Amino acid sequence: MEKILALARKTAEAAEVFEVAAEETSVQFETNRLKHIESKQSTHLALRIIKEGRLGYATTTERDDVKSLISNAVETAWFGMPARFELPALSSYPQIEIFDPAVEAAPLEEMDKLGQELIELITGHTPEILCEAGVSKDTISVKLINSNGGQAEYKKSIFSIGIMGSLIRGTDMLFVGESRSSCNPITRPKEIAEVVIRQLELAKNPASAPTGQLPVIFTPRGVASALVPSLVTAFNGKTVLQGASPIGQKLGKSVFDSKISLWDDPTIAFRPHSRPCDDEGVASQRTSLIEGGVVANFLYDLQTAALANTKSTGSGSRGGGLPAPTPSALIVAPGQTSMDDMVKDIKEGLVIEQLMGAEQGNILGGDFSGNVLLGYKVESGKIVGRVKNTMVSGNVYQVLKEVTAVGSQAEWVGGFLNTPPLYCPRLSVASKG
Amino acid sequence: MPDIKSAAAQLVETLKESKADYIEAHLEESQRSHITYRGRELESAGQSSAVGGNIRALVKGGWGFVSFNDLNDLPRRIELAVKQATLVGKEESRLAPVEPVVDTVASKQDSPLAIPLAEKKELLDEYNQIIWRTPGLQTSVIGYADSHKKTIFLSSTGSYIEQPRTDITLRLSAVAAGDGDVQQSGLSLGSRGDFSPMRRLHQEVEEMAKHAVALLSAPQVKGGEYTVVLDPVLAGVFVHEAFGHLSESDFVYEDDRLREIMSLGKKFGSKELNIIDSATLPGLRGSYKYDDEGVPATETYLIKEGKLVGRLHSRETAAKMGEKPTGNARAMNYRYPPIVRMTNTYIEPGKASFDDIIAGIKEGVYAKNWFGGTTSMEMFTFSAGEAYMIRNGKIAEALRPVVLTGNVFTTLNNIDAIGNDLDMNQGGGCGKGGQFPLPVSNGSPHIRISRCLVGGG
Repeated sequence: MEKILALARKTAEAAEVFEVAAEETSVQFETNRLKHIESKQSTHLALRIIKEGRLGYATTTERDDVKSLISNAVETAWFGMPARFELPALSSYPQIEIFDPAVEAAPLEEMDKLGQELIELITGHTPEILCEAGVSKDTISVKLINSNGGQAEYKKSIFSIGIMGSLIRGTDMLFVGESRSSCNPITRPKEIAEVVIRQLELAKNPASAPTGQLPVIFTPRGVASALVPSLVTAFNGKTVLQGASPIGQKLGKSVFDSKISLWDDPTIAFRPHSRPCDDEGVASQRTSLIEGGVVANFLYDLQTAALANTKSTGSGSRGGGLPAPTPSALIVAPGQTSMDDMVKDIKEGLVIEQLMGAEQGNILGGDFSGNVLLGYKVESGKIVGRVKNTMVSGNVYQVLKEVTAVGSQAEWVGGFLNTPPLYCPRLSVASKG
Repeated sequence: MPDIKSAAAQLVETLKESKADYIEAHLEESQRSHITYRGRELESAGQSSAVGGNIRALVKGGWGFVSFNDLNDLPRRIELAVKQATLVGKEESRLAPVEPVVDTVASKQDSPLAIPLAEKKELLDEYNQIIWRTPGLQTSVIGYADSHKKTIFLSSTGSYIEQPRTDITLRLSAVAAGDGDVQQSGLSLGSRGDFSPMRRLHQEVEEMAKHAVALLSAPQVKGGEYTVVLDPVLAGVFVHEAFGHLSESDFVYEDDRLREIMSLGKKFGSKELNIIDSATLPGLRGSYKYDDEGVPATETYLIKEGKLVGRLHSRETAAKMGEKPTGNARAMNYRYPPIVRMTNTYIEPGKASFDDIIAGIKEGVYAKNWFGGTTSMEMFTFSAGEAYMIRNGKIAEALRPVVLTGNVFTTLNNIDAIGNDLDMNQGGGCGKGGQFPLPVSNGSPHIRISRCLVGGG
């Protein structure tokens, strides 16, 4: 890496080399039995240069191929975006625990056993269910150096487990599932099985939803599938800079219900999305996005922050390309109301666990519309069964402007979001009954 | 580090000597470039190159898979794949027999990477200027990407196939904003390496930009059941989501209940309905000569005269269902094992003209162009980039984008008119099992569906 940096400095005024090396092993189950074991070794090197004030960028998987890496970066710098920022100098980073050697050391046999146990717990409850499951362990090493003396290096471990069960009766299909991830090994399949079994119990009886306006409770998974995609786009500093975020002009203004608070936090110990610094070497920090309904901040990387006359929030992430503002882990503050009390409050309404296709609409504008893949009907304060052939539509900004209650118990969804259930007074529902 | 050809040369004998029931290797060398615009200015341009490979081993019905960027020490990778497969395997290995193939497929296209980035940028500048000329527009996003790769497949049964693969995608979107409201419209296309379709979009880009502005004053459809007419692009997405995925045998082959539902001969639609998947059509994004298990590409009728007549297979699913392999095992790249995928999937044209199709509709929705689509096997949803009301047999006012949903098993039966204007859509990418976006194409003539659920405000 040092060699690449030194050579790049000969043609460019500034340069940065970023390397990710990963080892991933996963054990996969199909139709309730072990089917597949995979291991993946990967290396990814990215070179970013500033030449005559413009950004150039190239990547490779080959450490030795320095010459073409540099010439590729130089070619793109001829017409690259003018760089408005300076690469960060050497600085200190918060100590965040994200590596546990026990993950790397976990034997394949144990991972196999964990998956088997999980499947047995679920098939023990519903014998005819067919499960797909996966248990995986990753070790990721990140290293970054730049021509301003900045450098960062860390190692992260991730252990994940996920299960999806399908229950087919005639052409009626029910899909249930849950997944967990952590920087420590996950050892208790029972907790995951309990979530799935609860879904199976609630979905046992069919129920029908009317067409019209109904109160709706989004479970944490429901919040993730219906509401979060729009918020991620809206709080991205780039969207704001372009004038395409509906809340771009609302900094300091009350846009959401006062019960709603949201922040991004890459500093929580042993969470898979935590890290000491972002992919540009800017220290990680907790960034408040909504405080009691008021828009508090947007997420920035170095370049976007410079263009917007503000500071990077340490949110520069690389999804294989140049760094861009990306949340690491979004946290919605829990409220006061238990899930049971929310359900009890509803005379006729829905509980939504998963909305299929909600991210396919006008995300920028906050519109969502999706098929209720897993959801339940509430009648007179009780969940009575599963709804199907039902579409729910709304707009995130209208929905979150007036929330009846925020749940008291938050859960992780997919490692990326921690949220309690949200109870909305009315939403448009279209149903075939 | 050795290049892929010398790595392959090393592997030929080693694979044959392996103790696994079957073992194969994929090696790949690729170059990519991309240019993105966000707003008036170019946001990012980059070039990348990658070398990598994988080993896949089968022992007693269990699979081991090892992927890597480092081509040194291949014997250790083979050993690991076989060890993993051995740990899994407790049954019998079954793969449909295929003749070993030794072939070098010639590249039909010049690599789009040979066109200088500056020339591609100039073209995108033209499109961006068209978008920005449109009054009322807030911003634009443009993403162009191309890739060219050389692949080598070799197996313990003696196959050795060199195949090139080139792919181009271009997505443009225009964003209009006003009064706290944001609306967008998009255009998406792709090609199997030929750059020329990217050059002729000036008029379409202008229409797209105007449409985004028009959406600000368009009403939202009232949610409910409608008679819906789909244009060829959206009908292509519909056939992919609403039926195509269900015909992928890896969903079915070990699931007795699904096998029962998907038994051959079962009626899914009217006598006029024919659905085909074919990787043999020349020049489409889903086309190839051999799949990633070295099986020659085929044309497969999935539905003929409304009845289920075929499905898509890998060698394993074909063997376990006692059917012929169809050459549909595909992997995104060397980091993934091949799984059963669609290629170019389409509804065969019928006889109706567009005017015939909309003539009898008192109140309905005409949906065009796509945002996206997904399926759960039983239910599917897909969203239209453009939508209009149909009133008394005529296209009426523009609507905000709509999301349509339905049941896979009943909706095909509700297709009651099939147009004569087949068109293939090259702009899509398919996702399955974490492998996204795989180049595919979809197509259809205009079709009419009765009683389709439309989500609204």
